[in-house]
Parts: sequence; C-alpha cells; structure tokens
Amino acid sequence: MATKASRSAARLMMAPAVVLLLGWMLVPLIMTLWFSFRKYLPLRGGDLGWAGFDNYVRFVTSSSFWPAVSATLIIVGGVLVITVCLGSLLAILLDQPMWGQGVVRILVIAPFFVMPTVSALVWKNMFMDPVNGILAHLWRFFGADPVSWLSEASMASIIMIVSWQWLPFATLILLTAIQSLDSEQLEAAEMDGAPVLKRFWFIILPHLSRAITIVILIQTIFLLSIFAEIFVTTGGAFGTRTLTYLIFQRVLESQNVGLGSAGGVYAIILANIVAIFLMRIVGKNLDA
Amino acid sequence: MARAVTTQRKTLNTVLAWAVGLLIFFPILWTILTSFKTEAQAINDPPLFLFFDWTLENYAIVQERSNYMRFLWNSVIIAGGSTLLGIIVAVPAAWSMAFVPSKRTKDILLWMLSTKMLPAVGVLYPIYLICIQLGVLDNRAALVVILMLINLPIIVWMLYTYFREIPGEILEAARMDGATLKEEILYILTPMAIPGIASTVLLNFILAWNEAFWTLNLTAVDAAPLTAFIASYSSPEGLFFAKLSAASTMAIAPILILGWFSQKQLVRGLTFGAVK
Repeated sequence: MATKASRSAARLMMAPAVVLLLGWMLVPLIMTLWFSFRKYLPLRGGDLGWAGFDNYVRFVTSSSFWPAVSATLIIVGGVLVITVCLGSLLAILLDQPMWGQGVVRILVIAPFFVMPTVSALVWKNMFMDPVNGILAHLWRFFGADPVSWLSEASMASIIMIVSWQWLPFATLILLTAIQSLDSEQLEAAEMDGAPVLKRFWFIILPHLSRAITIVILIQTIFLLSIFAEIFVTTGGAFGTRTLTYLIFQRVLESQNVGLGSAGGVYAIILANIVAIFLMRIVGKNLDA
Repeated sequence: MARAVTTQRKTLNTVLAWAVGLLIFFPILWTILTSFKTEAQAINDPPLFLFFDWTLENYAIVQERSNYMRFLWNSVIIAGGSTLLGIIVAVPAAWSMAFVPSKRTKDILLWMLSTKMLPAVGVLYPIYLICIQLGVLDNRAALVVILMLINLPIIVWMLYTYFREIPGEILEAARMDGATLKEEILYILTPMAIPGIASTVLLNFILAWNEAFWTLNLTAVDAAPLTAFIASYSSPEGLFFAKLSAASTMAIAPILILGWFSQKQLVRGLTFGAVK
C-alpha cells in the first residue's frame, strides 16, 4: 500500500525523534566513556591526562564498592519480592466481586502518584521518626521501645518505603492480566472439584507468569536507579549507599569525575543486561 | 460473572479489600489530615485522628515563607512544556511507524526503548557539564528539554500502540469515497487519534511532574520544581510536621486527581504495550 513517496515522507516524519534520541544517547555516553579513561578532578587541577583502566580498577577495588553492590541487590531484591507477592495477592483480591471495587482500586493505586521526595519525607518523619512518628506511638502503646528506623533498620526502612511506592504498579498490571483470564476455564476447574489452591497454582499463576516477568523487569530497571528516596532519608548513610548513590557521590559531591564515570559505565552495563531480557519480551509482543 | 456469589462471600471480600485499601492509602490520608492540624497537635500522643481544631494556617505559612507558588509554577512549566514538546516530536514519528511500517520499524522502536534503559546516573556528569557550558544550569528550558528526551521513548511507544489500533480499512474506504489526503487526516484520522493522544499527555505529565533525579541535580533556586521544594524539608528546624504535610498535600493533590483518571493508560504506557 505504501508508495515510494509516502515512504520518504515517513522517514522525514520520524527524523526529529530519531535524531534527538540518538544525540541524547550518544553524546553523554561518549563523554562518560571518555572521562572514565581520564584522571579528571574539576576542583583539583581539572583534566590530568590519560588514566587507562585505573578508574575501572579503583572503582571496583575501593572499600565502598561491594557494600554498594550488596545494598543495591538487597533493595532491588527485597522490593521485588514484596511487590510481586503482595501485588499478586492484592490483584486476586481486587478481582473478586465486592462493593465499592472502583474506590478500593483508587485507594490502592494512589501511592504510585505521590512524588518520590514526598513519600520518602512523609515516611521518614511522620511514620519512622523515633519520637513523634506513628510507628513510635504504636510501639509505645504496646509497651515496646520505639525504633530509630532509618539508622537501626535502615535497609528495611528503605525497602518498606520503596515497596509502598511500587506495590500499586505491580498490583495494577497483575490485575489487568488476571482480568484477561477466561473465567470459564476457572469455572470448569471449580466444577471438576479443583480446590482453591490448585486453581491458583495450575491456572492463575501460569496465566500471570508473563505479566510477572514484565513487572520484574520493568521494576528492576527503575529500582536500580532509585535516588530521591535515599537522598532525602539517609543520604547514603547507615549502609544504604547503592551503586547509583555511590556514583552520584563520586561525581557531584567529591567531584572525582573519572572515577564516577567508570562507575557509570558499570551501571550502564548492568542495566543493559536487564534491558536485553525486557526487550526480547516486548519485541515478541510487537510481532503478534 | 455467570456464577452466583453468596452475599456472605461478597461481604467478606468487601471488608478485606477495604481494610487493605485503607491501610495502603493511610500515609496519604494521614498527611492530608496532619496538614490541617497545629504543630503541637501534629505530634500529639496519642495521635489525633479527626477531633482536633482544623486550621488552614499551615498552608498560609508555607506559601508565605517559601513562596510555594513559584515552585508550583516551575513544576507546571517543566512538566507541561516537556510533555507538549514530546508530543510535537513524537506524533509524526509514531504516526509514520504505525501507518507506513517498514522492515526497520520494529528495530527503531526497540532501540528507542533501549535509550530509556540508560541509567541516568551514568550520564549525570556529561549532562551537568553541558548545562554549565551552555549556562543553563538551574534553567527551566533546559529541564523541559531533558525531561522531554527522557520521556520521548514512552510517548512514541504509547502513541504507536494507539495509532496501530486505528484500522487501515477505514482509510481505504474514505479514499474510495473520494476523500483527499487532507480530508482523510482532518476528518478521519485526527478524531480517532485524539483519545490516544490525550491519554499519552496525561501519563507523561504525571511522570514528568514526579521526576526526581534530574530536577534535584540540575536545579538550585530559579528553576526548582516541587520535587526539589519538598526535598528542602529534609533538614528541618523545630516543629514542622504540619507544615511538611501542607506542602506535601499541595504537591501531590493535582497529580493524584489526574492519576486516578489515567489508571488504565498507566498499564499500557509503562509496559510499552506489553500488557493492555
């Protein structure tokens, strides 16, 4: 159907988006790669020449590297487990017949629309404050000593805050997937006497597996780069310094651009490994 | 639902779902309630739920002390500007990919998606440096452009999935009936595309409003939007729960309302059409 003229018109219409994104991707990427091979300290002499792979070696051998890797993995892993498990249960619950389903859905989804700085600060102060926070009141009410959440249980607190933000996303996507399940299949299984647990395990879960994979991949990409939640709560202290935060500190706080850029390259490689899996799934979907 | 559901079961579902829903919503509700308390009431032990002296003074103080309106205006300009600019760039691109697909269309779409996967922190310094060199650090226009570029892949993808649902047969029928290209675009394609464009605008406005990496790192005073304004409350002086709540409520209220309208588009937009 497409003629030669319409093909070249199409190319012209695509050009601005393609050129802009190409520039947005290539220019900073090449700069980061370049800096990562330089000894570059803007506040202490500027560009001090070629550094070879020094920055790459120093970034991984520094004492803060492995703690940052483990903090990142614990936060990403913890949030994924919580959001996917609770999200599946919540999606199944919301799919049941009930009164006021629309309103409950709105209540559950709401946290996703709260900006990260607000949710982090509200949790930090009004809930996790060891003197005046709601949790402290609750603890005292039951006769326990209030916990300084963000210093004594810093990782659990961050995971809690971020899970609260991302639970709506997982729930909403899994709910959408459940609703596309053919209810006749479930009814048939019920008539044949399959108990609730078996129905869940053999019918609902396999149907959800693709949606769960997508939730995991998309959340991983976003969670690898959480920033504001740590910035306004612990500032990277108490073992909550993730890879993203470590790079941010190297680049902007201590202005060691060469070292930070090498870290940036590691972060890009890590994100790309996850992205490849996501793109495969999305790509398959395009053909369908 | 063909099955009959017992009232008892339905009641149980309702109670359980409402309990969980209210629990999840509670931090937001608590923030809104606290914003109407005095500072002393905000930290009262036991916490006051509804029976306190409702006051609006926190809202007045926040506005007066920190010039809240300026941050709000920056957020509106940055989120609105980047969305508008993104739509202008993305509509022609998505349009041509949906209606004149070529062998490379799929590759281009996936490549665009891959740019979204680039971790922001990996390119933080280059962008920071470019902004300094161009003299646009703490500049609204710079943030409009940067947020547009960040969200462009999502905008193109969403528009593409919507446009692809417009059946090509309708265009052929119109052509058979003698419609010119101009009429075809004006009277047939545009009306069918507007709902999709509107959903895309909505979701991207929300994403840009809540963006908190570039807005925190590239602004100081002049261009700081609400995300940065709220972050300034992380080092408080004295009693401030009620004021923090008032500032937070004002920052999230507009987006909560917009967000509730966009629930369905959220799924499509954030899964790149993989779940509808």
